[in-house]
Amino acid sequence: MKVALFIPCYIDQFYPKVAIATLQLLEKQGVDVAYPENQTCCGQPMANAGFEYITQPTNDLFIKNFLQYDYIVSPSGSCVLHVKHHLHAKKDEREALQVRNKIYELTEFLTDVLQVKNLSSRFSHVVGLHQSCHGQRGLMLSQMSEIVGPAFSKSEKLLNMVEGLKLISLDRKDECCGFGGTFCVAEEAVSVKMGKDRILDHISHDVEFITGSDMSCLMHLEGILLRQKSTVKIAHIAEILNANS
Amino acid sequence: MEHKRKREDHATLASGFNQDESRVDWHDKTLWFVREKRDKAAWQIPEWEHLREVASQIKNNVLDNLHAYLIQFEKHAIKNGIEVHWAATPEEHNAIVYDIIRKTGVKKIVKSKSMLTEECHLNEYLFKQGIDVVDTDLGERIVQLANEPPSHIVLPCIHKKKEEIGALFHQHLGTPEGNFDPQFLTAAARTHLRQRFIQSPIAITGVNFAVAETGEIIVCTNEGNADLGVQLADVHIACMGIEKIIPERRHLGVFLRLLARSATGQPITTYSSHFSKPRPGQQMHIVLVDNGRSDRLHSNDFRNALKCIRCGACMNTCPVYRRSGGHSYSYAIAGPIGSILAPGLDMKKYADLPFASTLCGSCTNVCPVKIDIHDQLYKWRQVITKKGYGSAGKALGMKGMASILSHPTLYKWSGAIGRVLMKYLPFVFNNKLNPWYKQREMPKPPDHSFNAWYRQNRKHHGK
Repeated sequence: MKVALFIPCYIDQFYPKVAIATLQLLEKQGVDVAYPENQTCCGQPMANAGFEYITQPTNDLFIKNFLQYDYIVSPSGSCVLHVKHHLHAKKDEREALQVRNKIYELTEFLTDVLQVKNLSSRFSHVVGLHQSCHGQRGLMLSQMSEIVGPAFSKSEKLLNMVEGLKLISLDRKDECCGFGGTFCVAEEAVSVKMGKDRILDHISHDVEFITGSDMSCLMHLEGILLRQKSTVKIAHIAEILNANS
Repeated sequence: MEHKRKREDHATLASGFNQDESRVDWHDKTLWFVREKRDKAAWQIPEWEHLREVASQIKNNVLDNLHAYLIQFEKHAIKNGIEVHWAATPEEHNAIVYDIIRKTGVKKIVKSKSMLTEECHLNEYLFKQGIDVVDTDLGERIVQLANEPPSHIVLPCIHKKKEEIGALFHQHLGTPEGNFDPQFLTAAARTHLRQRFIQSPIAITGVNFAVAETGEIIVCTNEGNADLGVQLADVHIACMGIEKIIPERRHLGVFLRLLARSATGQPITTYSSHFSKPRPGQQMHIVLVDNGRSDRLHSNDFRNALKCIRCGACMNTCPVYRRSGGHSYSYAIAGPIGSILAPGLDMKKYADLPFASTLCGSCTNVCPVKIDIHDQLYKWRQVITKKGYGSAGKALGMKGMASILSHPTLYKWSGAIGRVLMKYLPFVFNNKLNPWYKQREMPKPPDHSFNAWYRQNRKHHGK
């Protein structure tokens, strides 16, 4: 099984530790992980801003980088969702379809493909889980509060395997944090208000860490926490699942 | 009554709304409470998701066969003694309604809630013709007294606090100053409205559902104001968009079970009134309005927005709507559904609305007829940007970014000299003019990218 690691551009540039944790976490599970070095971005920042029509070169590059692997795994539900829904090929659409079908968000790869039962990780902290919308409602990584159906959560299943970790329940378990790509600057006031409200929900349950499977949401929340000089910290779920502290 | 004002974009109006944070908190909690009531009501129905699917399929069938159903509806309505009118535009609709009123010589009329007449700006038009229209839905009457448009399709004055309503009633209805007890104010409104009901020989209503098989219309209210108006009037004018059709009476149950639960968490609206024919001596008119709907029907991407039954659930659940208020959308129908309907009518004017969303998808999940609202928001963004209605600066930045992201060498090089995203993603540009920085710190750029780390530490692996 050849697995390619897809590291979203902003993780590559700003949060290399999240990428390293993802790589180590997969290696610990005995996966043979390759990192195609010519990768850049999935094209989502442009597409969500309405510029899907200029993303063909990024799409072509993505297909060229990842087509040969059995699986593509990425620590971002949002980028994976974008690839799954909007990746198209210039020449051979079958190639795009192959890529779309074999890309997985990290937690779903762990629970659904590897079917991990044990992580041998330890993280002795009180943690709140932020459900990023694209992973949750787009990739259905967990049940959504709007839907009348059985409860499940791939992230929670994994977090519950971590020794010492205490997971709290939120008042609003899956409300959006307000990041939303260019929304976070185009609609600055609402974006920040949404972020502040999410943080308040976590803080009122005495969390030490806010985690989630999308670093973009967490980057937005971290920006607000730092401005508020809060002691609450941000950790990507890969860092927690890979932790031994 | 004039609702005309300079059209400011959603972000600007939302930013204004956020000047008063405690008010935003109050607005958010009030609507979240409604969303929670909806959840409880939905969970009472084990087959809820199935019911949504059935409703969606009935509506799909209606859109596929709308022409035939409309003809069938018209035929039965005429047979029942109803006069049927067709309007292609809001102007035609308003002219038809006015013509009916003019022939009676009546100057004072009552109207129960109708989003279609809001869409057509009927009130403003009739006022200009010297006709005094009183909205009889309590929430609608409140915003009418305040000279404001509704901020929500089900809860028109949800943006108003009871103290403000008390002051408004003191000013317009002469209630004692400082009394804002909701029960007292409701009683005062009832006395005021009853007077108007008795005086009005003409009643306008909206239409929730129109049954093709029988030629009857169904109007859902909680206050019974549609019934009161119609029963006391000599002339009943019902105004509806052509998409309100359902094929058969037996389909109604599906929608009535979904509508009130989705809207307010009630099992059903207090009144679900069937109007199938005029009383002896009464006139009954139905005005069917297109206003861009048949154009929408041609579009695979956007047609299913016509399935909407106007429950407002997408507004109550929308984290952006709750924190920006209905008026920030500047359209009769606010929130997520309004943001996909408005650009269909005037793409240039409402080009900002599809961007007033994080695409979180909660709207799509609560929608009782399964409209893919957030996907349509995404699609509208593509159409609007291609048409050039976005900002030129953004287009330039996006094109520069796309160029770098499609050239790996350029990407690594730009990354090395200061992190490519710092340059092109506006939210990581560190200065006081940058909206990101206003209330958020920047992420701290690490010493090296993951790509550089990998080349140093794991070179033997990848390729």
